[in-house]
Amino acid sequence: MAKRLGVEVSIAVAEAAKQCNVDVISAYPITPQTHIVEHLSELVADGELDAEFIPVESEHTAMSTCVGASAAGARTFTATSSQGLALMVEILYIASALRLPVVMSMVNRALSGPISIWNDHCDLMLSRDTGWIQTVAENGQEAYDLIFHAYRVAEDHRVLLPVIVNLDGFTLSHVIEPIEYFDQAEVDSYLKPYVPAMRLDPKHPITMGPVGMPEVYTEARKAQEEAIKAARPVIAEAWQAFGDQFGRYYRAVESYQMDGAETVLITMGSIGETAMTAVDEMRSRGKKVGLLRIRLFRPFPVEELRKALKGVKRVGVIDRALPFGASGGPVAAEVRSALYHQTDRPFVYNYIAGLGGRDVTVENFEEMASELESLEKSELTEFYKIINVRE
Amino acid sequence: MGTAAEAFKGFEKYSLKKNLPMVEPLAPGHRACQGCGEVLALRQVMKAIGENVIVSSATGCMEIITSPWPQTAWRVPWLHVAFENAAAVASGVEAAYKAMTRKGKIEDTNTTFLAVAGDGGTADIGLQALSGALERGHNFVYLCLDNEAYMNTGVQRSSSTPYGAMTTTSPPGKLSRGQETWKKDLPAIAAAHRIPYVATGSPAFPVDLMNKAKKASLVKGPAYLHVYSPCCTGWRMAPHLSVESARLVVETRVFPLYEVIDGQWILSRDIKKPKPVEEYLKPQRRFSHLTAEDVKTIQERVDANWERLMKLIAATTPEDKTE
Ligand SMILES: Cc1ncc(C[n+]2csc(CCOP(=O)(O)OP(=O)(O)O)c2C)c(N)n1
Ligand code: SF4
Repeated sequence: MAKRLGVEVSIAVAEAAKQCNVDVISAYPITPQTHIVEHLSELVADGELDAEFIPVESEHTAMSTCVGASAAGARTFTATSSQGLALMVEILYIASALRLPVVMSMVNRALSGPISIWNDHCDLMLSRDTGWIQTVAENGQEAYDLIFHAYRVAEDHRVLLPVIVNLDGFTLSHVIEPIEYFDQAEVDSYLKPYVPAMRLDPKHPITMGPVGMPEVYTEARKAQEEAIKAARPVIAEAWQAFGDQFGRYYRAVESYQMDGAETVLITMGSIGETAMTAVDEMRSRGKKVGLLRIRLFRPFPVEELRKALKGVKRVGVIDRALPFGASGGPVAAEVRSALYHQTDRPFVYNYIAGLGGRDVTVENFEEMASELESLEKSELTEFYKIINVRE
Repeated sequence: MGTAAEAFKGFEKYSLKKNLPMVEPLAPGHRACQGCGEVLALRQVMKAIGENVIVSSATGCMEIITSPWPQTAWRVPWLHVAFENAAAVASGVEAAYKAMTRKGKIEDTNTTFLAVAGDGGTADIGLQALSGALERGHNFVYLCLDNEAYMNTGVQRSSSTPYGAMTTTSPPGKLSRGQETWKKDLPAIAAAHRIPYVATGSPAFPVDLMNKAKKASLVKGPAYLHVYSPCCTGWRMAPHLSVESARLVVETRVFPLYEVIDGQWILSRDIKKPKPVEEYLKPQRRFSHLTAEDVKTIQERVDANWERLMKLIAATTPEDKTE
């Protein structure tokens, strides 16, 4: 039977990678990711996990070794944050193009400058178009659970794409939570050993990563786009199987207090927990407010959002990254374009919040929800705003 | 990591007369320029290493000319990821094989892991990944094919471009004599990592090069091969002069052939009566703007480098091991 233990979430993530019996771990420290690879190095040093632990000289090499190892047929794991992600981003594109099921946990942290070790989603957005499947954990249990899900999806021969499991730095990674650890036998029945579709083997030589001339490049990209879209049902299926086995059912978009909701907030990551408290408060005062939490960021759950927002009057999307010079935050832009072609669509407004570790409070969510009503009726020139800015 | 000496026990050298390998892991159907010395060197190395190999290739001429999809010139497993990470990718492949063999997922196949990159992908952008992989002691062979510039992007200088050479980013002009810096000493940098085996080679001495490639593959731990690779296109030189220039570079002492076996520096070919460097420089138009003064400066540097090498050999190899 599974047991519940109070542990730091980073440690739980490392334990999940161990239970997935990874073969190769590539590690380069960066706050707030470091505890994950430190714990893995201990597990390897103590003989509790039989894996090659490669203490590389940079994140660029961390991802490059994962690509080489995965191409050779090994189950691989790495973790990063922020600047580390920025350094490896070149290779992220290649991992997905080569269709290699590498799994990485990304402990979300703001990018420089100014240098900040605290949480926001800049790094998540920097990796947004790299062709990786991306899930976002809301709490420690999810951060642990999503690792098993990631390998099951990535290695499915209908998918064969790398996966990033996002979790917020410090506010999640360094928090001690009661985590339900699974028995190894249960994990083994959920996650079968990695069987590569193709691998580097002198007995069966293949060429991987050839040159794409203009005659084939577009087709190669289209094939990749089709692959990530085709991953949708497999992702859902793997969550269904997870629920059937472990009793927790996950969905691409989670809804909270959505019955009869007129105003809806959309969040991603750990601030969803605060938002839930805010929604409870507002509901207790009779306000028809609901919450949607995006758990699957890539492929983006367009259909699920459309369905969930049917009949809703107004939506406030909370983004935790600020794309300079754009028309608003990235999540809001996606939500808007998902809804645009519907005749009966809600008013959508975007809040940029929680940059570089700034708290987003229950009161902030309440203000957003009540402000939406008046904004909807006014003449707007900007469709987003940064909240909590000290003037 | 074992010693190179252990690994070479029982090694039967290739010789011109009896046992040159017949395998061609790199097929002749590729798109290199006529007279390309780099692909010639690569072919010799691949023949020597054989077919039980996995190749990780950096971006560069050799990657482009061997793999325009749907064609491939590779008869052995080959992987290209990016420009600066051949050593990192090979580290991953090697680590995967190690873990999977230990865990009983695959048989122990004694496969060679080979990383291939140009001088740009080695001396400049890839130096960090190379240093990391050498330091970690992965069991792999790193092959630097040194054509002394970034050829794939159209002949720009690298830190391996020799003093005085004309490239598109080191053009001779009123205020410039071409490349203003001296060639970075990559084999010495590799040797400074105290890896078991480092060697230099030239395709004009194929048996020597093939023996070194084979030895590199036998070593348990990192081995580094630095191979001089003429590029007629980039050096503004007629295609038939490739092998000739690869010979002259050795005979003028510009590029000495040596090995560093377990820290001992050993000359592979003594050049007792060196030809003047001018003979080497002359056929290549990349040097055609140099004055007699420049040539003299280069000659002095070549002589000094040779002296330095002799001292290293004397200091690390007490008895005369020169072959
Ligand atoms: C990060 C990055 N920067 C630049 C390039 C462009 N690029 C591709 S190959 C190359 C030069 C290759 O030179 P070298 O390694 O000497 O190999 P050669 O082509 O001469 O064999 C450059 C600059 C790239 N592919 N990736
Ligand atoms: S440009 Fe030079 S190195 Fe590249 S293929 Fe042509 S001859 Fe060979």
